[in-house]
Amino acid sequence: MKHTIKELEDIASQIRRDIVRMVHGCQSGHPGASLGCADFFTALYFEVLNHKTDFTMEGAGEDLFFLSNGHISPVWYSTLAHAGYFDKSELATFRKLDSRLQGHPTTHEHLPGIRIASGSLGQGLSVAIGAALAKKLNGDKSHIFALLGDGELQEGQNWEAAMFAPFNKVDHLIASIDYNGQQIDGPTSKVLALDSLQAKFEAFGWHVINTDGNDMQAIVEGLHYAKTLTGKGKPILNLMSTQMGAGVDYMMGTHKWHGTAPNDEQLAAALAQLPETLGDY
Amino acid sequence: MKKYTYTEKKDTRSGFGAGLHEAGKKNENVVALCADLVGSLKMDAFIKDFPERFTQVGIAEANMIGIAAGMTIGGKIPFTGTFANFSTGRVYDQIRQSVAYSNKNVKICASHAGLTLGEDGATHQILEDIGLMKMLPGMVVINPCDYNQTKAATMAIAEYEGPVYLRFGRPVIPVFTDPDQKFEIGKAWMVNEGTDVTIIATGHMVWKAIEAGEKLAELGIDAEIINIHTIKPLDDEAILKSVKKTGCVVTCEEHNKFGGLGESVARLLTTELPTPQEFVATNDTFGESGTPDQLMSKYGLDAVNIVEAVQKVIGRKK
Ligand SMILES: Cc1ncc(C[n+]2csc(CCOP(=O)(O)OP(=O)(O)O)c2C)c(N)n1
Repeated sequence: MKHTIKELEDIASQIRRDIVRMVHGCQSGHPGASLGCADFFTALYFEVLNHKTDFTMEGAGEDLFFLSNGHISPVWYSTLAHAGYFDKSELATFRKLDSRLQGHPTTHEHLPGIRIASGSLGQGLSVAIGAALAKKLNGDKSHIFALLGDGELQEGQNWEAAMFAPFNKVDHLIASIDYNGQQIDGPTSKVLALDSLQAKFEAFGWHVINTDGNDMQAIVEGLHYAKTLTGKGKPILNLMSTQMGAGVDYMMGTHKWHGTAPNDEQLAAALAQLPETLGDY
Repeated sequence: MKKYTYTEKKDTRSGFGAGLHEAGKKNENVVALCADLVGSLKMDAFIKDFPERFTQVGIAEANMIGIAAGMTIGGKIPFTGTFANFSTGRVYDQIRQSVAYSNKNVKICASHAGLTLGEDGATHQILEDIGLMKMLPGMVVINPCDYNQTKAATMAIAEYEGPVYLRFGRPVIPVFTDPDQKFEIGKAWMVNEGTDVTIIATGHMVWKAIEAGEKLAELGIDAEIINIHTIKPLDDEAILKSVKKTGCVVTCEEHNKFGGLGESVARLLTTELPTPQEFVATNDTFGESGTPDQLMSKYGLDAVNIVEAVQKVIGRKK
């Protein structure tokens, strides 16, 4: 391991502080699932991903990551900044005029670390598959990671992609689902239940693993384990259970903080629960 | 009127297939994807020679566009193939976000555009695709006029870096352009020089414009005919130069007059050189089943319709 679990948890704590401060700073954005995925992003970028912060679009010889649920951009931006892609001071520009940190991730402003626009849900798995096919043609054995929301799986294009990847043996692909059970209008179980995602993906031919996305040790081990499963003819699906709002007590266990910014008081209450470990931007 | 003849008739989609094959031979980064319409898109030669560079996506056009966008990240030049309707309207948001906004080097290649798809009827006959595609920032829109031009255009877009929409069709039509032509994106082709009216045509309507030009010559009208194969970026210079000379214009396209080539020309002229213009195009309507010839006639896309439009627009000149 490059870091101890404690070090990774400290990074995740700082990323969570950044998330609530960024969303508070522009009074918009999506804190809920950003917080829920902070441990995943930390594990991915600081432990699992073979990547260079000296960014190239192609990323030859590097593992690539695609975010399909682009609304959780705050967690990605903060992670990229702390990983060294750009200066963390830029986080203060999130969602503001002329910023490279657009509301949803984009290549349009050339922010290092981003390879495709997302925000309109349901497109990222297809893109990740395409990137994996190109790597295969290039003889590049690196891994392709993708993250999708669970509510996002209601979009049909995901199932086109889910059918395609196993049939075509796209086996350097590790897709994680942010299985927080929430979406905008309520719990996914009430909006349009996903029911037995494991069985669904297995029926399509994926190798499915389950991880606890808010346990640093578990998520690091889970992603490393997922890597060992690649190259064996099947794409890997990491069904990762998380808590929306994880780390901020009043935001947890509800869809209410999917896309709501905290006010000053709420910000203070959140920051009191999240130790400043690497220095605020 | 310059004389145009032809010895054979071919479909523009076969020009695409031949061009794709050539582009594949020239550049190993050229890859092709198809959504269960390989035969219709004439991709067989490419697939035979480069099986590993072809991806059969199945009937999943949204996934195809996303995969194509992803493949560009590894330096590939993906050509996607399906019918024009399923290449555009079906996947508009995928193209918008994953291709256009992300500025990915994807070539969206669309066959069976317009009424000449024929018997399948309106569900398959898109007459709105030029409008949909030209509205996307950065998207190049090309509608070539015969087999040779389509082949040349296909090879040219492989060498151009950026998203392109290439529109072609199903029926066999005269092959009348130079087989060795160099296709320049955004550059109009002067089909015939004239002085009385400018006829601007794209796609299958170019041959009809030539037929119309011959009829007009018999009536003593000297028509300038320009082929605009690239609707975006539009060759402003060529159009303005011609219209300055002739003082009136007729645009011809196998597309709705809302959102097509004609509107692009009107936008240019209304700001630079207000000029009487008539539109030979479909008029805010869906198509229907029939043979290509029957449909072109019923929906007013024949040489006689161009002749009538020319007479009308000349009458409007001051
Ligand atoms: C195609 C599309 N439809 C609707 C939306 C609006 N939208 C943004 S996030 C969201 C809910 C997504 O749910 P989920 O994937 O579970 O993410 P989470 O709520 O966990 O953040 C919706 C409906 C969108 N961005 N894209």
